[in-house]
Amino acid sequence: MINAVGRDIPEEILEMTGKEVFRGNHYFDGYTYRKHGPSTTCVINSNGSKLVSGLREAIEKCGIRDGMTISFHHHFREGDYVVNMVMEEIHKMGIKDITICASSLGKAHDPIVPYIEDGTITNIRSSGVRGKIGEAISKGKLKGLAVMQSHGGRVRSIATGEVEIDIAFIGAPTCDDYGNCRGIGGKSNCGVLSYAMADALHADKVIAITDCLVPFPNFPAHISMTRVDYVVEVDAIGDPEKIATGAAKPTTDQRKLMMADYCTRFVVNSPYFKNGFSYQTGVGGASIASTISLAREMRKRNVRMRFGVGGLTKPMCDLLINDQVDCLLDTQDFDLDAVESVKDLRHFRISAGQYADPFNKGAVVNKLDFVILAALEVDVNFNCNVVVGSDGMLTGAQGGHPDTAAGAKCAIVIAPLLQGRIPAICTEVTTVTTPGESVDVVITDYGIAINPRRQDLIEAMKEVDLPFKTIEELRDMAYSITGEPERVQFADRVVGIIESRDGTIMDVVRQIKSFEFSDK
Amino acid sequence: MEILKPAIAGTLESSDCQVSVEAGEGGIELELNSVVINQFGNQIRKVALETLERLGVNNVKLTIVDMGALDCTIKARIEGAVYRSQGQKEHLPWGGVIR
Repeated sequence: MINAVGRDIPEEILEMTGKEVFRGNHYFDGYTYRKHGPSTTCVINSNGSKLVSGLREAIEKCGIRDGMTISFHHHFREGDYVVNMVMEEIHKMGIKDITICASSLGKAHDPIVPYIEDGTITNIRSSGVRGKIGEAISKGKLKGLAVMQSHGGRVRSIATGEVEIDIAFIGAPTCDDYGNCRGIGGKSNCGVLSYAMADALHADKVIAITDCLVPFPNFPAHISMTRVDYVVEVDAIGDPEKIATGAAKPTTDQRKLMMADYCTRFVVNSPYFKNGFSYQTGVGGASIASTISLAREMRKRNVRMRFGVGGLTKPMCDLLINDQVDCLLDTQDFDLDAVESVKDLRHFRISAGQYADPFNKGAVVNKLDFVILAALEVDVNFNCNVVVGSDGMLTGAQGGHPDTAAGAKCAIVIAPLLQGRIPAICTEVTTVTTPGESVDVVITDYGIAINPRRQDLIEAMKEVDLPFKTIEELRDMAYSITGEPERVQFADRVVGIIESRDGTIMDVVRQIKSFEFSDK
Repeated sequence: MEILKPAIAGTLESSDCQVSVEAGEGGIELELNSVVINQFGNQIRKVALETLERLGVNNVKLTIVDMGALDCTIKARIEGAVYRSQGQKEHLPWGGVIR
């Protein structure tokens, strides 16, 4: 069945998943449902501690069985030890058919690939996958389906009960013996625990894993003891150097700086740039550079930001330090400056649900004026792909891309026209992850295209001196340099689905096939 | 043109390709390894075969390790490798078979 972005979703996938095809961003606006609550085991005795001897005991006490769903957060990013440590233990116990429900998985988790191959893990739900896990899924090694979800979409799936988490594993930089978790104060700090908050609210069993046990009460708790069943102390939950990298040096790449400059000039000339505006940006070199140049323009024009959202990095936290923004709303910290900034009283921690869940009573993304994003590919319908490489391999994550693009009044995607020989602007993206109806502006090093759906923005930019082009002109420029790329040859089997933030199916990902020359 | 000795041109830098040629076994044998093979494999083969034809090379083992080079680069690297295999460094046919 063809969905709203023109993708043909196979009937057997609709049957297998019980899902509908994507019908547009606002299809579920006003939809009413009852939230899923966890089965809860009361602790009335005053024995005083939830600390158990080790991971094995905690997992056993939670009653692990074949076929269960377990969850993880990805605040430790490429420095995470928790997923591997838990999966190793579960594998040793001989448990099979596990569904992993992670807020994201990365290269740090390459060691779990053998557990995919031997049937310990048979289903994966995640924002994305990189490295060897992506390769394994694309090669058809996962028995079930990989479901790629946005950050908001993940919370929706947990809150509605579509996904029932049996055991949530929450890595906590600090924790007391009763389960109060914080993202700061320890040796493996990640700042916030936003992605784990939905797991703590809805999972039947919650295990906190820490490498820094502190005296009760570890307050103000980022995740409350009232949600935690057991506490485990281990040597290390992550590699601090890879969790929050030091502030990335501002890029010196002239191409990125030029795109950042285009972006800032577009932002300041748009109708939303005025006192009290709101802004979010990603962590790409060009995005970070655009935050730096925007700060300069704000000072020059005496314009103040009301709130910034992230995925935070040093340039965003600098806005707070320099008193150019009233407050920051934080779901994830990418560098040490952002982790440090969490202590600032105007730096608020928010849950992934508050941030982006389309199925709550309104998320922060709905209040955004601007979001600055990146993409692997953008097509002439402004559909973006951030999950599947141009070679067909799963290699990225939805993150908050579809959530923020849908919510923001002005969603700007920055992409260099060419990545090596791969044109970033193309006729049809390999896989749709963010629908074109959400994307307002595409900025490349060769020109800027405004989505024709946004005649108001086209009108507002009439007198502005920027290299405006149509998206087709950008594509033609790219193809004139690289040649027109052929469509990637896939096998028939569907190995994954791109789930829209509302739970419908945006696209499917098929097994890759090795390349064969055409006959001519 | 006969391949007199094995020769190599190009690098493994991004957007370049490394081309090596050696004497063939009575025809053209192409080994292509490319980071963009899924999108441009057929196009790269076409450019390689056209370039060999223009140079009059029909007995060669041609190996291309491509890091996303554009057609013009691939063509230039093949020409470079073929003329190196001749030991020819001067009086190259610019505007002739090299264009």
